[in-house]
Amino acid sequence: MKITGYKRENKTFGIRNHLLVIPASVCASETAIKIANLVPGAVAIPHQHGCCQVGVDYRQTVRTLTGFGCNPNVGAVLIVGLGCEGINSKDMAEDIAKTGKRVEYIIIQENNGTLGTISKGAEILSSMSAELSAQQKVEFDISEIILGLECGGSDPTSGIASNPAIGKASDMLVSAGGSSILSETTEVIGAEHLLVHRFDTEEKKKKFLRMVSDVEKRAVAMGEDLRGTQPTPGNIQGGLTTIEEKSLGCMHKAGTMYNFKDALEYAQMVPKEKKGLYFMDTPGEDIDSITGMVAGGAQIVVFTTGRGTPTGCPIAPVIKITGNTNTYNMMKDNIDINAGKIITDGATLDDIGREIFDKIIEVSNGKLTKAEVLGHKEFGIYRIGYTF
Amino acid sequence: MNAILKTSDNDNVVTCLRSLYKGDEIVADGITFIVKEDIPQFHKMAIKDIKKGSPVFKYGQVIGLATRDINSGDYAHVHNIESTRGRGDKQEAIK
Repeated sequence: MKITGYKRENKTFGIRNHLLVIPASVCASETAIKIANLVPGAVAIPHQHGCCQVGVDYRQTVRTLTGFGCNPNVGAVLIVGLGCEGINSKDMAEDIAKTGKRVEYIIIQENNGTLGTISKGAEILSSMSAELSAQQKVEFDISEIILGLECGGSDPTSGIASNPAIGKASDMLVSAGGSSILSETTEVIGAEHLLVHRFDTEEKKKKFLRMVSDVEKRAVAMGEDLRGTQPTPGNIQGGLTTIEEKSLGCMHKAGTMYNFKDALEYAQMVPKEKKGLYFMDTPGEDIDSITGMVAGGAQIVVFTTGRGTPTGCPIAPVIKITGNTNTYNMMKDNIDINAGKIITDGATLDDIGREIFDKIIEVSNGKLTKAEVLGHKEFGIYRIGYTF
Repeated sequence: MNAILKTSDNDNVVTCLRSLYKGDEIVADGITFIVKEDIPQFHKMAIKDIKKGSPVFKYGQVIGLATRDINSGDYAHVHNIESTRGRGDKQEAIK
């Protein structure tokens, strides 16, 4: 099956052509926003990090920002650095430039502060914008698509209707040669004994189980009941009682037909030469989780929500699906598909799975999701260490 | 639309697909249950007696333990079920 999008030099394909402004650190975030605001169509990803981080936590932040720049939905990148932060703007620019796209960086301390940097940054960005506008869409195979699977603001309808339905759509994409990512390690707690059988080697099984036990140990080390936050108060109000119940509903997003190729670290790139179903070690918090998958190369995300949530992503379309017809009627501005028809109108999982798959095609071809129309571009990096 | 959904054969709780009210009669597995208390839509009802400390099953899997005796027809939620995972408040819980 063919769709149309933007071919990149490294033979990846984008379904959007974003002009991305990456602040290297929190200190450059405000300047990055101001530069992006001057050029229509440009988007900045302000964040709180990039300095005074160490080890795996530092590397994870670098990997996430670099991954966003490398994502095929991005046509060109401007990095804005303060100059003295932990993340080196030049190094990051060189890494992203390996994709073949145009990447430049600008340093606030070397360009007369905020105003000088805005002026020079906007000049670079406007020339990039003109170049991107001349790029033509080309046809490419659906097997080039990497789909992120997300659920958030879950209620019991998520496990019954919307998650199994996106599982069907994921199976259809993988059948067509594409890739799909199950995420949210927290929401594997209580279902890992079922999912572990879908990894093919002892090494991968061990890696997956370590990811799950690391998250649980972190919660236990704080001496608290995880139920203070998982399930969330809204999950409980909706009718989910324990993390085990939530997880057993969440795992349906991975479909039923395929085993996992591997368990990826947060924001680790999905291997281009080895397409299929993957697991990624992300938190249950939606924004950080989607950010990790998109940094790993996902061009599009399907997101189920029983309670309803408006969130999107700065560079990837996010399709919202609810299994709760009441929520669909309450939040039509935000929800693209009502899988609640499975419960209320006798629709089958196959019907809704097909509807979601068709929507993935339509959105890949350019139709905006409701989150895109409303300008939702939430961005968050999963931290696994302290700030010093 | 069915009033309840049982996700697996050995489940001892079901999901209520609409709000149920005390005194409603619900049929599951050919057995009639009297709803003992009001239960909000999509929340759970016990369809078997579950002793305190015993596992609660949904999707055919353990979703937690009963913190007190739960009777068939009772509303089953955080007031009578607790998780066994991520319990930093009970240090022995981690495997």
